[in-house]
Amino acid sequence: MEILGLYNYWVFAILLMIGFYAVIAKRNLVKKLIGLLLFQAAVFLLYITMGKVDGGTAPIFSDGGNAIFSNPLPQVLILTAIVVGISTTALGLGIVVRLKEEYGSIEEHEIQEIDEQ
Amino acid sequence: MIVIFGIFLLTLLVITAIAIVRTDNLFVAVMLMGIASLLIAGNFFLLDAADVALTEAAVGAGISTVLFLSALALTSERERSKSSNKILSFTVVATAALVLIYATFDKPRFGDPQAPSQMHVAPWYLEKTPEYIDIPNVVTAVLGSFRGYDTLGEVFVVFTAGIGVLFLLGSGAPLGSLPPEKINEGLRHHLIPRVVGRVLIPFILLFGLYVQFHGEYGPGGGFQAGAIIAAAIILFALLEGEQRAMAVLPTRLLLGLMAFGPLLYVAVGVAGIVLGGNFLDYSVLSSDSVKGQQLGILLIEAGVGITVTGVLLSIFHAFAARGR
Repeated sequence: MEILGLYNYWVFAILLMIGFYAVIAKRNLVKKLIGLLLFQAAVFLLYITMGKVDGGTAPIFSDGGNAIFSNPLPQVLILTAIVVGISTTALGLGIVVRLKEEYGSIEEHEIQEIDEQ
Repeated sequence: MIVIFGIFLLTLLVITAIAIVRTDNLFVAVMLMGIASLLIAGNFFLLDAADVALTEAAVGAGISTVLFLSALALTSERERSKSSNKILSFTVVATAALVLIYATFDKPRFGDPQAPSQMHVAPWYLEKTPEYIDIPNVVTAVLGSFRGYDTLGEVFVVFTAGIGVLFLLGSGAPLGSLPPEKINEGLRHHLIPRVVGRVLIPFILLFGLYVQFHGEYGPGGGFQAGAIIAAAIILFALLEGEQRAMAVLPTRLLLGLMAFGPLLYVAVGVAGIVLGGNFLDYSVLSSDSVKGQQLGILLIEAGVGITVTGVLLSIFHAFAARGR
């Protein structure tokens, strides 16, 4: 059980790096954005994991008396980050669509080749 | 048992992520991304973050997928080129992953109540929320009141991103100026989606309103409600054709909503100053400071919900209009 206590953090590290791999190795711009989304999801997981308290419940008071609550602060942070994340992703997709219209391609190296000509 | 279930979900998540990166079909990647979002939302729920799980499910699995699909419709569905410098990238990534995993051995164990992150300010918020604000959901209390200033910033980021997309893509041709052959009929002529949609959409909208106004008492609030209501109207647009959705909520109205949300938020803040308090200090809004706090949170949550709905729908219409 002791060793499983770090499993969430390992998944965070692996997911973060899977996302980062897509960002640096893939040449397709949509794929890079998907990589960024995975990267972002990994960070969300890290924060929410740190807020969990053993035997706790969601930080919402109920009539049940003095329950143990998980930490509400990382939740507030990530809740807003998710919505900001989708807005910025949409902005990224908007740029990709405009690039496709101007260059006829969404592959990074092809756009660079056209630019060099 | 819950720990085992969490590990199962996370393992599935890693497998899905690997599949997302490996496939060269972007359509498949986007669909798998929706599944990944749902898995991570389930996991947030297990980690006691009900509000976050609700947001992730609505935004990640719902709206994000639709936006990516509309972007794919305008670009291409296939990745044409191979990865660059595969071996070098893999080495960098694997090394970084190993370093990160090595670093985790110094972290407190999962769920440890003695962890540093549980020791400092967090107990203060849990202790003082009933006294100062007296609403059950501490997440909403922190979001709306204690850290209202940060949330105002986030609302402006969402607003700015929406403006940015409209600058890039335009807000679409006005209704009525389109030739009839360009009118998108959606899935109107398909019986099953139409009937299922008609049954579901009113309840999704109702649920969105419930999440908006019940955010002080249960999981919910403006961000989640905005995403859910936008998802319901996007579903309507997909089923009945975009024009009908725009007849219900015209582009101009959406632009108005986009701007009205942040203005409402700021107005509540300024009202605090006018009534003799600080910016975003809701205590002075009513003769009873606790009542004032609750009123302030209700108003700014409405502002947040209006902004998020307006921005997400405007972005959707901007992408959809680009295809014509």
